[in-house]
Amino acid sequence: MTAYLKLDHIDKSFMRGGQVSDVLKDIRLTIDKGEFVSIIGHSGCGKSTLLNLIAGLAKVSAGAVLLEDKEVDSPGPERAVVFQNHSLLPWLTVYENINLAVSKVFGGKKSRAERHDWIMRNLDLVQMAHAKDKRPAEISGGMKQRVGIARALAMEPKILLLDEPFGALDALTRAHLQDAVMDIHSRLGSTTIMITHDVDEAVLLSDRIVMMTNGPAATIGEVLPVPLARPRRRIELSSDRTFLRCREAVLKFLYERHRFVEAAE
Amino acid sequence: MSIQAIKDRKVKPFPAPSKPAEIIAFTARARRRFDPAAISGKLASTLVPPVIVVAIMLIVWQIACSSPTASLPPPSQVWNEAYDLIAHPFFNNGPQDIGLAWRVLISLQRVAIGFGLAAVVGVALGALVGQSIWAMRGLDPVFQILRTVPPLAWLPLSLAAFRDSSPSAIFVIFITSIWPVIINTAVGVRNIPEDYRNVSRILRLNQLEFFVKIMVPAAAPYIFTGLRIGIGLSWLAIVAAEMLTGGVGIGFFIWDAWNSSRLPDIIVALAYIGVTGFCLDRLVAAVGVFVTRGTTAKWEMDDDGLSETRPYR
Repeated sequence: MTAYLKLDHIDKSFMRGGQVSDVLKDIRLTIDKGEFVSIIGHSGCGKSTLLNLIAGLAKVSAGAVLLEDKEVDSPGPERAVVFQNHSLLPWLTVYENINLAVSKVFGGKKSRAERHDWIMRNLDLVQMAHAKDKRPAEISGGMKQRVGIARALAMEPKILLLDEPFGALDALTRAHLQDAVMDIHSRLGSTTIMITHDVDEAVLLSDRIVMMTNGPAATIGEVLPVPLARPRRRIELSSDRTFLRCREAVLKFLYERHRFVEAAE
Repeated sequence: MSIQAIKDRKVKPFPAPSKPAEIIAFTARARRRFDPAAISGKLASTLVPPVIVVAIMLIVWQIACSSPTASLPPPSQVWNEAYDLIAHPFFNNGPQDIGLAWRVLISLQRVAIGFGLAAVVGVALGALVGQSIWAMRGLDPVFQILRTVPPLAWLPLSLAAFRDSSPSAIFVIFITSIWPVIINTAVGVRNIPEDYRNVSRILRLNQLEFFVKIMVPAAAPYIFTGLRIGIGLSWLAIVAAEMLTGGVGIGFFIWDAWNSSRLPDIIVALAYIGVTGFCLDRLVAAVGVFVTRGTTAKWEMDDDGLSETRPYR
């Protein structure tokens, strides 16, 4: 079986004032359909750059991103991104924000009524239907992120890309949203890649955790499978042996073998 | 923010206690609406200070210009001699003898055409300059030099080009008011957060969709700042241009009054011009608030949120 998403020997470097700085070096990874993969690493290791490459928002310097054996070279709705700061358009209501995506992606395929139902279904999925007529400034950070997720899901993407989606949220809201994402993943079986720097979050949500070495020229240091049965419940897992072992493995990777050295910047 | 918005926010997320919350909100609103003491108090606090200041100014003016040798008329003389102009803004006694309101409307019509063209062309050019680095490099120096040219310096050239006073006046308004629109639009477009651009790229919006759905609303606060400066400048320019081109506008009325030594008429016309300019400014501001739907002040651009999506440094 060929891989659903394949990152084939990807290099990425930026030009800055005539100087070339290597950010990513020789990234190799295959992801199966329906898999939930987290990418974890210290800040500045290029994990967001990697996500942008998969999204097509940035171009690879060498190698290729292959989705169903087709090369990705530009952004598109089949690789929907949930941005860290939600990036909802503040002049549109929650409904209109999702409608912008739905009418663009399904404009020719679905009737107006079908599009309306589809928007409401996605809002229900993130439990935000009650706020459909509010503007982003009128809802909380967690709610905005829920709407951001609904907008991405409404594009019916082949791959859902989450760029530190819970990074700006408080711990309780974050836990709620993690549960929501797990629930959505189990219902829709969407292939998901999530950038995070939270070890617990990575272990709780992922089928596999991709650990990045530090930059410059960062690469994949290790890939850790998380053999925990789903559905997962955070309270039961907090004392689960496998959970703790995975957590320890990630922590060891991040803090013993690839310690973040600030002075290296 | 309105009371309505606060009420909605409180009620919606908690369906259970919606009834008592609604009752409280209603009584609060009712009390606001039917409280004459509060309304009159607020009116007094906004109206009394300017009335006092104007009264003092009139008294000082009256005293200063009362002596028989004074070169300018005192307010009492203005009131007596220009009473017809003050009391009947809409009289119409033939082609050159019409009320000041008509003259203002004629000037406003010229402003509407010139400023309307400047708004459309200015937003389009500003979008181009804000969007394309090469357009900016090519056009920005030209704009920066041309925008410092005073409005009336364009007039001889436009008279030569159009060979008629009315289109020349309109052109002067256009060329005066377009620069702040271009420059502010360009700044607004350049400041569109990278995330909004990424959203549009992921959705594969085409150029026109991006312009209408992302660029214009995102830059709207900047665009309206430019439009507000522009309308102020064009009102400045029309009065000056009409003084030179003639016709029936308010500017020519002042020039005509000066030539026939009717100083009180000039003072009344100045008041008309000032009030009209103030109304124009407020009108554009109100349209801006309506179009940006009051979201302007609440836009958050959390700067650390954007940093991770920028190129690696």
